[in-house]
Amino acid sequence: MAAVQETIDQVKSIDVTEYKYGFVTEVEVDKPAKGLTEDTVRYISARKNEPEWMLEWRLDAFRRWKTMTEPNWSRVNYPPIDYQDLYYYAAPKKGASPKSLDEVDPAILETYKKLGIPLREQEILAGVAPENRVAVDAVFDSVSVVTTFKKELAQAGVIFCSISEAIQEHPELVKKYLASVVPVTDNYFATLNSAVFTDGSFVYIPKGVRCPMELSTYFRINEQNTGQFERTLIIADEGAYVSYLEGCTAPKRDENQLHAAVVELIALDDAEIKYSTVQNWFPGDAEGKGGIYNFVTKRGDCRGKRSKISWTQVETGSAITWKYPSCILRGDGSRGEFYSIAVSNGMQQVDSGTKMLHLGKNTTSKIIAKGIAAGKSDSTYRGMVSAHRKATGARNFTNCDSLLIGDQCGAHTIPYIEAKTATAVFEHEATTSKIGEDQMFYCQQRGLSEEEAVALIVNGFVKEVLQQLPMEFAVEAQKLITISLEGSVG
Amino acid sequence: MAIVTPLKTAAEQQLAQQYADAKAELPGGPAVRKLREDAFAGFEAKGLPHRRLESWRYTDLRTLLREARPLADGVKATDAVKARLAALKLDGLRLVLVDGVFAAELSDLDGIPEGVSVQSLADALVSPREDLTRILSGPSVGADDTGLMLNTALMRDGVFVEIADGVELAKPVVIVSLSSGVEERSVFHRSAVLAGAESKATVVEVSETAGDAAQQINGAIVIETGDGSEIQHIRLVTRQAAASVQVQSLLATIGAQAKFDSFALVCNAGTVRQQHFVRYAGEHSEMGLRGVNLLGGSEHSDVTLVVDHEVPHGTSRELFKSIIGGEATGVFQGKVIVRPHAQKTDGGMKSNALLLNEGASMFNKPELEIFADDVVCGHGATVAQIDGDQLFYLMARGLPRPQAEALVLQAFAGEAAEFIADESVRELVMSEVEAWLAAREANSQVSTV
Repeated sequence: MAAVQETIDQVKSIDVTEYKYGFVTEVEVDKPAKGLTEDTVRYISARKNEPEWMLEWRLDAFRRWKTMTEPNWSRVNYPPIDYQDLYYYAAPKKGASPKSLDEVDPAILETYKKLGIPLREQEILAGVAPENRVAVDAVFDSVSVVTTFKKELAQAGVIFCSISEAIQEHPELVKKYLASVVPVTDNYFATLNSAVFTDGSFVYIPKGVRCPMELSTYFRINEQNTGQFERTLIIADEGAYVSYLEGCTAPKRDENQLHAAVVELIALDDAEIKYSTVQNWFPGDAEGKGGIYNFVTKRGDCRGKRSKISWTQVETGSAITWKYPSCILRGDGSRGEFYSIAVSNGMQQVDSGTKMLHLGKNTTSKIIAKGIAAGKSDSTYRGMVSAHRKATGARNFTNCDSLLIGDQCGAHTIPYIEAKTATAVFEHEATTSKIGEDQMFYCQQRGLSEEEAVALIVNGFVKEVLQQLPMEFAVEAQKLITISLEGSVG
Repeated sequence: MAIVTPLKTAAEQQLAQQYADAKAELPGGPAVRKLREDAFAGFEAKGLPHRRLESWRYTDLRTLLREARPLADGVKATDAVKARLAALKLDGLRLVLVDGVFAAELSDLDGIPEGVSVQSLADALVSPREDLTRILSGPSVGADDTGLMLNTALMRDGVFVEIADGVELAKPVVIVSLSSGVEERSVFHRSAVLAGAESKATVVEVSETAGDAAQQINGAIVIETGDGSEIQHIRLVTRQAAASVQVQSLLATIGAQAKFDSFALVCNAGTVRQQHFVRYAGEHSEMGLRGVNLLGGSEHSDVTLVVDHEVPHGTSRELFKSIIGGEATGVFQGKVIVRPHAQKTDGGMKSNALLLNEGASMFNKPELEIFADDVVCGHGATVAQIDGDQLFYLMARGLPRPQAEALVLQAFAGEAAEFIADESVRELVMSEVEAWLAAREANSQVSTV
């Protein structure tokens, strides 16, 4: 009966009706006037002390962005966004590039403590066994406040820092790889991001290095009316390996906030990148008021032979999610994986999925997507698997399942499966169902309450994906799923 | 303010001219005329479907139809047409359209069974029936399709068959739509089959061209099945010039506790776009859409279907098998919609494709759109090659490679044709499949992947 007790405790220990990360931190911030003009772009670039080439790059993106129109093909509805009514930069005043943690605004440190993110290396050492250490880059609104374990990582040759720092310190790497996976004009939001991106993480793993610890970035939106535009660039050189985790939260606010990030991964010969996300932005209240618009472009390029990129995501937050972590399987024998759980409740709208573009020979990919829709939410899986004419021996397996809880939600599946080579083997299967009455009966007959039974069945449903997450995240993700489904029974 | 005028292609301009010239003589009372006008206005606004329209993503009619051929005029019952009719071995109530016009003299009007009434669509269009607009419009999910709009605007003739309540037909109703193929022409025809409650029938549609000239055919069939009826619809699209382009729409509305099945075989038919729009009007009905596509050369076959579960307790099954060789392209786009309150819907959709050699392509897009929670819906899509193990098994028993492949392919295709209840129809379908495979085998063609 241990499992049952555990479930009850879990439900009790979490404040189920509240989004628990919804608090606001009072910090003094520095921000330009609202709105987006060339001056805003110049302001951001100047604040970051960027070299001339970077400013030009941003201005070019901004000019292109002005000629583009917002995409409308996804299955989400929202009132038009007024891009002139947003702040594009917000940085805590105190301790803008801190030398050590002591210079960081204590209010911010308190925030991360509340969120359970360890920023002090000794604390991390005290709590966790050395082999389970995680290096963290903490991004607060528009700036990275701290990156931990930098020294130790540097010894291994790993570069882990904020992207602003990388532009200063490693311009040759940034110039070489930035926008090489997601071109500046890839899509409306990616172009916007290119013009105004404020911070994010930069990772470079040199040849043959297995990154000695998990790397992690924690994104926090705090300010009102502020968009967060982060940019992450991860490069795994030949034979390197890295596991990267990303987490995000935001305070509860009545207005919608925009989050338009770009993440680029590059894996060279025999390299492997594992990218995990637990996305828990504020989803808005029960009536759909407030919440984050999460419009994100994530793409990995398996550029080298036998390289591998694996995306794992647990999506429970955001009012609207528009996100398709993809893999370009360019290198011969490369492999792409996508594991996703998208849980939507209330008035949330999720349009998410992946693209596996097979270009090299003997490339393989696997997609496991689980969508759970409750309340009045809508969940769409949109995916593409395509094999180029020369991608002989391409192999894909796709499984996307949807679970509906309640009769006011919707689940949709829109896969595109395109085989242009006759040697491709593609398998796709999808199902939609509700929790079986017999499963519920079985659980309840053994003494579980209705809610516990749902949680148990749902956890079983998503187990395949949870298994892919690193240990620390798996526990958090499991809890998140329980919170998100609270109140959806019946 | 700038007025945006979309650039029209040559074909679009020709179609507009043809409609302007023909609309005075196209049959129909005021209601039908309005239907035509609205449909053509819809077409004019959108133009020929192209790849940026989601539902036509893989079949770009704007590129395929460089020029619209002149409208077919008058029945050309050539010797070739007569020879083809004589060669078609299928017993039943034979109704013949030549170049889209009902040919009473070639049809078997003496053999109309009791409880069945037959008239030409042209006659039906001018009749004072009040439900005509409803019947012709079909399910709402097809309403904004421009291919269908073009058919509505320009349909000239067809057959209008009514089967009375409780009538069970022992032999199939066979609608043979032959193009004379003497010249390159475009043909717009539509037929309707209204099956009464508790009726039972098999409706066969054959679409062929007797001559060598490539045709542009836009055909549609409306099927309404009454409560408790059992209707099977089998379509054969074959014997067309390689350059022919064809759009075939099925508009089906299914009554309560009814069984409806549709099957289509496409082979040697150039470019074919089939679109099935199906709506459940009553509860506890079962529906199946199936098909076999045998493609080679530069052929292109697109099967697009929209199944609209509007009411609870509907069951739907889709199974499409494609065998693709040469430089051919197969397309399957299936969409199953389960509306709110359509609880207890049971849907299963499957598309399987075998690619025989490099150059062949297959595009699958199986979609689910679900707004009800107590449902079981699934879909599967596969793309692969002939199973090496199966070939090995047969060749180890002494079959030469071409023969072994033919056997495996026949079994693969046959799975979709098994459900056809009328034995003579099933045999006809399988004989076409076998003939296609035999031609391949005779050329000692083997799979190269």
